[in-house]
Formats: sequence, structure tokens, C-alpha cells
Amino acid sequence: MATTTMTMAKALNEGLRRALEKDKKVLLMGEDIGKLGGVFRITDGLQKDFGEDRVIDAPLAESAIVGTAVGLAIRGYRTVCEMQFDGFVYPAFDQIVSQVAKLRKRSDGAYTMGLVIRLPFQGGIGAIEHHSESPEAYFAQTGGLRVVSCSTPNDAYWMIQQAIEHDDPIIFCEPKSRYWEKGEVDLDQAPHGLFETVVRREGSDVTVIGYGSTLKTILRAADTAATEGVSIEVIDARSISPLDLDPMVRSVEKTGRFVTVHEAPHMASIGSEIVAELTQRCFYSLRAPGIRVSGYHVPYPPTRIEEDYRPTVDRVLDAVDRVMGFEN
Amino acid sequence: MIDEELVQLLSPEGERVEHPEYQSTLSGDEIFGLYRDMAIIRRLCNESTSLQRQGQLALWAPIQGQEAAQIGAGRAMAPTDFSFPTYREHGIAWCRGIPPENMLRLFRAVSNGGWDPQKYRHSVPTIVLGNQALHAVGYAMGIQRDGAEEAAITFFGDGASSQGDTLEAFVWAASFNAPIVFFCQNNQWGISTPSSLQSKVPLYRRAEGFGFPGVRVDGNDVLAVYEVTKRALESARVGGGPTLIEAYTYRMGAHTTSDDPTRYRIDAEVEVWKHRDPVERVKALLAREYEIKSSAFDEVGAEADVMALKLREDVLAMSRPDPITMFDNAYATEHPLVEEGRREMIELGISAGSH
Repeated sequence: MATTTMTMAKALNEGLRRALEKDKKVLLMGEDIGKLGGVFRITDGLQKDFGEDRVIDAPLAESAIVGTAVGLAIRGYRTVCEMQFDGFVYPAFDQIVSQVAKLRKRSDGAYTMGLVIRLPFQGGIGAIEHHSESPEAYFAQTGGLRVVSCSTPNDAYWMIQQAIEHDDPIIFCEPKSRYWEKGEVDLDQAPHGLFETVVRREGSDVTVIGYGSTLKTILRAADTAATEGVSIEVIDARSISPLDLDPMVRSVEKTGRFVTVHEAPHMASIGSEIVAELTQRCFYSLRAPGIRVSGYHVPYPPTRIEEDYRPTVDRVLDAVDRVMGFEN
Repeated sequence: MIDEELVQLLSPEGERVEHPEYQSTLSGDEIFGLYRDMAIIRRLCNESTSLQRQGQLALWAPIQGQEAAQIGAGRAMAPTDFSFPTYREHGIAWCRGIPPENMLRLFRAVSNGGWDPQKYRHSVPTIVLGNQALHAVGYAMGIQRDGAEEAAITFFGDGASSQGDTLEAFVWAASFNAPIVFFCQNNQWGISTPSSLQSKVPLYRRAEGFGFPGVRVDGNDVLAVYEVTKRALESARVGGGPTLIEAYTYRMGAHTTSDDPTRYRIDAEVEVWKHRDPVERVKALLAREYEIKSSAFDEVGAEADVMALKLREDVLAMSRPDPITMFDNAYATEHPLVEEGRREMIELGISAGSH
């Protein structure tokens, strides 16, 4: 098994490189992705190696990045669109929701919307406004789209390739605060399917489910809880829409308690959906109601105070305490 | 004449007009063919309006007045070109060979599309204004990457000319020198919004600011529309980049069957445009210059009547789809929520689930 250590940013870069090598129809398009390599350097060196026709520096217009990717998809190309930041995806929202999601249906299957929209999401990098948002639920609610998120370099490397090969349009959420964290990448074999939920750490008392940036937070919380005698099972949802519920159900049937964690506010959120599904599916196994740890229902705050908005280890542990306290 | 900038090869009276840059290349037979297209599509459009009034269609978007713009452009396209329409491009769809009943599937509300866009190289109707202009530019960028001698053409109206997507499409087409024609039918009205509220300069002049040529053509002159569009497509196919064509025309009818234009425009304006009718002027030319007899026009009328009757029968035969078909083609691959919905529908007895 050939494994190597790299950052998530590098893993995405290598995954994109491999996709470009494998399929001549794969294109990358986005703002500043060529010479600069993207503001996060995810596409570093790719234009030099694959040319300006395949790694396309886009004029600054997000709707056009997605809208032209639709036309390219109709022509048989697979375009990976880079949205520079989460907060800049909204100009493209119309194309994503009105066209990308619906064109397969509208054409009775004649069109394959094989495109990926990469979205550096969630906060934690001390940026200014519009650079730290969690818009995943907007897309999760739209039939025709799929939404996934990676939390490790190995997943980043493989999931981006799997997303590009997939025939449905995929919103690919990258936790930008984890771009520079290193991990082992297995270059030979994908660890999981693209839409599979994974148990990251086994436990017996409480199931804690997250995705993207919150996984690291949850794992830290699990370490701390263990020292206090509470065993947390950590689940990485990975697929945000659709949810892969079976592994969550198995876990909650075992633990009887669960907590969801994401940076987005909880109103009509992925956490809310998980709570609803698990309550319905695991009703007789539950020893406490599911609790959501999330951002607050306010505009994302100035980042000097963002760590009081984003779920912290303490807030996860507090939620764990609350579900543990429901013992009857 | 409407203004000096207008490319016109045929006057409203059906007289030939000299133009320094464009000459008609069409034979009498070909012009008669265009007349036939226009007469048939007008007849089918009227039948569709009737069908809506009789409760057989949810909605209809008439093209009356815009037949020359659409037939001229549609016939200028090569089979290998690809068009990206709105919901009103029935004349283009006709030229692409799409059966009329397929055009009405959307309006009968049995489909969100109606035809196989890859087969006819004519995309499905786009209802959100301007979205399709970007699809066309993307498609054109694909043509470039394939090294093909083809062009994309997108249709939109004066209303959509204010949309960000349309203007972004102009930027991208110019920056990438994409093989595309932007065909704007300025029919003067976006429901009740006059074109004067959309633009303070003639729309075709916007092209200059984006860095490619713009042409205003008499949209009620099928000969001029044909030549202008043909040249723009030919230029696009060989690396000449984009062209904006503004087909200056008029929406004689309502925006859709849900609209009431008497609330916002005066009859006198409609009367002026009646004298510029696109079908009558080419008929006048054919009668005078090619001595086409009235019986030949009558034959087209009879042919159109037969087609209209068949269209009516086809529409009435379009029954409510099995509800379970809503799950088809939502995704390319199996999706648990789609499967869940399908299962529920079968369990509740809403559908036998034959799909």
C-alpha cells in the first residue's frame, strides 16, 4: 500500500491532477486558478501542466462559471468549477438550482450534468465577511443535486476524483480551515464510496455526527470525554445529501444517544434532518433526544469572535453531557 | 423604414431593398419555403392559443409577429449547430425538426421539456431569463476544444437583455472568442415592460462595449434575418467570434395566454406593426416577383390546417402522466430519497409503479 503524508490542499491538488490525467474531458474552471493556483493553491501548477484550455482562468462571474460548465456538460465535458469562497457562490445559485439541478429531468435524461462545484466552506481562518459560511443546506434541499464534504486528506484525494467521475452534479464542500492539516493518503485505493458515511472512532455511550471542519473538533471532544469515562462514537457523514443513514442508525441503536455538529445554523439544517431521521428510525433505542450543536441564527460574526460562533470542543462536550443527563 | 441602422432586404410592402453589405442569396423556391414555414408556424401558434382558451393547455406563449425572426434564424442554422432557446422559440424548434406536439408537452404540463435536445441539437426551453445564454457560451467553448467547425446560437428577448447572465455571457464569449451568435428578438415588450426601460441605447450597440460586432436587423424581414444570421454563424464557425443580432420585431399578441396587453399598450402601436407583418410582406414578394398564384398560398393554408388538426388531436391524446414518472431522470444514478418517494407512491396505491 503506497501511502504518503500530505495536506488536504495538496491531496485535492493531486486528486485533480489525476482526474485531468485520466480523462481528457475533465476541465477546471475558476477565478485565479491558473498562474496563481487559486487563492488556496488547490490548483497549483495544473494550468502549467495541462494548459489554459483545460485549466481555465475565468472572468470574475460565478454565475458564468457554473452556467458555462452546464453548456460544456451538454457538449460532453466534465468541468470542476471552483467557487473562490462559500460566500461567493450565491451569484451562481440561480444556475445551480434552476439549471444544474433540473436539466437532466427537463431533458428526460438526454443531458448528463456531470459537473462538480468545489466550495471552500465553513469558517475558522480569521477572514473578513463572506469567507466563512456554511451554505450546504441550501443545496441539500434541492432535488437533482448531491452534496458531499471531505474531512481528511485521504478523503479529499479520493472524493474529488469520485465526484468528477460521477454522473450527477455534486456540490463538493471543502473545510478550508483544514486545508493545511496533514494526513496519510493511500494513492492506490479509495477508502470508501463517495456517498458512504464512516465511523471515525468507535464508542459506546454517545454518537456524535459531523462533517467537514467539525470532525477534528469532535475527535478532540471524544479524547477529552474518554478521560472522563464517556465513550463517544464519532461519525463522519461525508455525504450531506443524500445522507447515508444506515451507519448512523446502527451506531445510535448501540449508543442510544446522539449529537450532531456543524457550523451552519440549525434551523432547517443537516443536523435537523439527521435528528428527524434518527428519531424516526431509532425511536425505541433512544435514551435521550438528539441535540444539535451548530452556529447561531445570525449572520456569520466578525472573525475575532468566530470561535464563539463555531462549535467548539466545549460546546460538543456540553451537548454530550446533556444527552448523558437524560438517563432514566 | 424604422431606422437607418436596420438591415432590411424587404420592405413592409414586399419590395426589395438594396443594402451595401447584405444581399439575399435565396431562390424563389427557397423563399417560398420560408413563407411556408412562417404560415404553418403561425397557424399552429393560433391553434395552440385556441387549445389554451379551451382549457387544453396550461399556458401558451404566442409568437405571432416574430415568425420571420425565428424562421429566418432557424433556417440559417446548419444541422451541426446547436441552439439554446427560451420558451417562445417555436419557430426555431420547427426549423430543427421537432414535431409540433413535442413543443406543446411543456404547455400541456405533461413535461418540463418536450424533446430530446441532443437529437435535435436544440436545447430544452429555458424559462428563467438569460440562463441559456451561458449554456450556449459553454457549449461554444466545448466546440472550440473539440476543434469543430460548428456554432452555438442562443435566443433571448429584450427583457432578458437586462439579466446578469446575458451580460456575463457577452463577457465570456468575447474573452474566449467563442463561436456563438446571440440572437435577441427585441419584440418591444417584456410582459408589460417596454424595451425603453431595458436599454437606453439600441440593444445591438451594446455588443461594441463588450468587444464584438452587433447588427440590428429588421426582424419582420425573413430575407434579412436569414442573411444576417447565416453570416454571423459562418463567422463564428471559422473563429470569427461572437455576434449580437438584434432582430427588431414586435410581439403582436400577449406575452402569454395569462397576459392582457390592453392594460399597458395602445392599439395604435399594434396597428402600426400590423402593416409590417412578416408573413404578408414575403407573400407580396412571392406574388409579384415570382408570380406565385393564390392557389399555391391556399395549398399551404390547407396543409397548415391539416397540421393544426393533427396537433389538436395529439394534444388531446396527451394524458396525465403516471405520477411515478416524476422520479425518472431526477438523478443519473440511484438515490435513496428518490427510491423512498417511489416506494411510498406504490405503497399508497398512487401508482402501480411500472417505471
